[in-house]
Amino acid sequence: MSTATLPQAAVLPAGINAAPPMGDIMPPVRARGGFLGFLRRNPTIAFGGSLVLAMIFMAVFAPLLTSVDPTALAPALRTREPSAQFWFGSDMLGRDIYSRVLYGARVSLLVGFSVAILASLAGLTIGLISGFIRVADSIIMRIMDGMMSIPPILLAIALMALTRGSVQNVIIAITIAEIPRVSRLVRGVVLSLREQPYVDAAVAAGTRTPRIIIRHILPNTLAPLTVQATYICASAMITEAILSFIGAGTPPIIPSWGNIMAEGRALWQVKPYIVFFPAIFLSITVLAVNLLGDGLRDALDPRMAKRL
Amino acid sequence: MFAYFVRRVLATIPVMAVVALFVFSLLYLAPGDPAAIIAGDQATPADVERIRASLGLDRPYLVRFSAWVWDILNGNLGVSIFTNLPVSTMIAQRIEPTLSLMVVTLILAVSLAVPMGVMAAWKQGTTIDRAVMGFAVLGFSVPVFVVGYVLAYIFALELDWLPVQGYTPFSRGFWPWLQNLILPAIALGSVYIALIARITRATMLEVLQQDYIRTAKAKGVGQSSILFVHALKNAAVPIITVIGIGIALLIGGAVVTESVFAIPGLGRLTVDAILRRDYPVIQGVVLLFSFAYVLVNLAIDLAYTLFDPRIRY
Repeated sequence: MSTATLPQAAVLPAGINAAPPMGDIMPPVRARGGFLGFLRRNPTIAFGGSLVLAMIFMAVFAPLLTSVDPTALAPALRTREPSAQFWFGSDMLGRDIYSRVLYGARVSLLVGFSVAILASLAGLTIGLISGFIRVADSIIMRIMDGMMSIPPILLAIALMALTRGSVQNVIIAITIAEIPRVSRLVRGVVLSLREQPYVDAAVAAGTRTPRIIIRHILPNTLAPLTVQATYICASAMITEAILSFIGAGTPPIIPSWGNIMAEGRALWQVKPYIVFFPAIFLSITVLAVNLLGDGLRDALDPRMAKRL
Repeated sequence: MFAYFVRRVLATIPVMAVVALFVFSLLYLAPGDPAAIIAGDQATPADVERIRASLGLDRPYLVRFSAWVWDILNGNLGVSIFTNLPVSTMIAQRIEPTLSLMVVTLILAVSLAVPMGVMAAWKQGTTIDRAVMGFAVLGFSVPVFVVGYVLAYIFALELDWLPVQGYTPFSRGFWPWLQNLILPAIALGSVYIALIARITRATMLEVLQQDYIRTAKAKGVGQSSILFVHALKNAAVPIITVIGIGIALLIGGAVVTESVFAIPGLGRLTVDAILRRDYPVIQGVVLLFSFAYVLVNLAIDLAYTLFDPRIRY
């Protein structure tokens, strides 16, 4: 838009500046540049996402990044300070902490992603049922109220005390503890969507309930659900580390960040690096996932962004 | 008002009943034979049977459930498999450190987080705001025990300002008691502070846009009076709700904080019970914490009427 289109600019006396040209109407905010443009407009997603990708890369290619078996014992070389041979030092049994931390990423990410997906799917199902079937709603919500009254970590601890320690059982225990929150969220979204005029219109047009759910309700739950799933992933990774740290999580033979810290616990005053390295990696990964969640929330769900 | 109180108090009964039913049913929901798992790999079949009987797993579900509820109503939480002591006695011995830790954390967190949130909202978009929000993201991301170790390393080992680990009973004096709780409380409070600061900022931002705030400014009311009297009072309800809900985070975090700082409380009791697979103890602790959580949130709901007389259900 050039100044030529603004005729009053010509008649203004000298010394008075005209307002800069603005065009006839405000240009629409254009989504530019596809995926890269999206990342440029949402630096939080770009930053958090690339950190998460780096961690996934590290977990997947752990065997290429280290040649040392994370479970190989070397009692003669125990509790060595970080050096060229042991980048992150070695633990009480002489195992290479660098290698253990790399392999530990596998457990954390596997637990985080599995819990996020499973809890979202279960929560989505329960939330939809609860939002659409009035009889089921009061019963389901009473159960969810009760489950939500049990602090999630304690619920996971109680479940783990009754099962054998394995990655699979850790995933199930944390998923059960996370389900009530997701169900609550989905139910709330469903109930508010049911009041929308377009849902009324669909009902008036004779659309059957399953089709209304698939066409009108489900797509609108995806944005808040995705955001919630990211936060669940972050909190599941912390819960897994806590469970392993107190000895109720993955069995000690599997290197996980919580397990490495649990083993370093007795020595932390003299050999702090055993606890330090897994702690740093865990914190960075959780931070990355949380940033990704914050970015997704701002990008996908402006209403929720305003609330928190 | 009175009717609301009664209705709200009665509404917690079904919630507590569901908690009890759920905690009780875990034994039956768990895959595999819980008696065998609790007994461990070296147990003889006789051991397994003894544990099965002591858990009541040899009796029908409903018979066992009604007996269990009756026991709980009488304050009997069962008997520890490992020590053969009543669970309620074991809990009573360990409750003081945990309660102390939670109270100190609660006071510390609220007195830090609320002003932080208020400042962030007042100075929205400035460095202060960004610092508070950045801290909040960090608080959500760095696990309790990591904060604990970092604090203990810096302030106890390197600077030697505070004791590294342990607990001193309140009966031995206020300062020795508090000294041992400062670092654990900061560690445990980090998530909680993040949560409260964030919700305080969000609600304050909303309230500060209201007409009555503009009116107060126009009348010439001082800045701090606007923030802490006019605005904060109107933002109180959501903030207090989150303080109540966040207690679940404190309870979960306390288990870990106590292991990091060697505090002999309920968290340590739980961790020891996990290692010994002493399920009655775990069940008792879970039940106690859950009931306490429900009751605290009940108290908060009732307190709303004091902060916001408009609330009538």
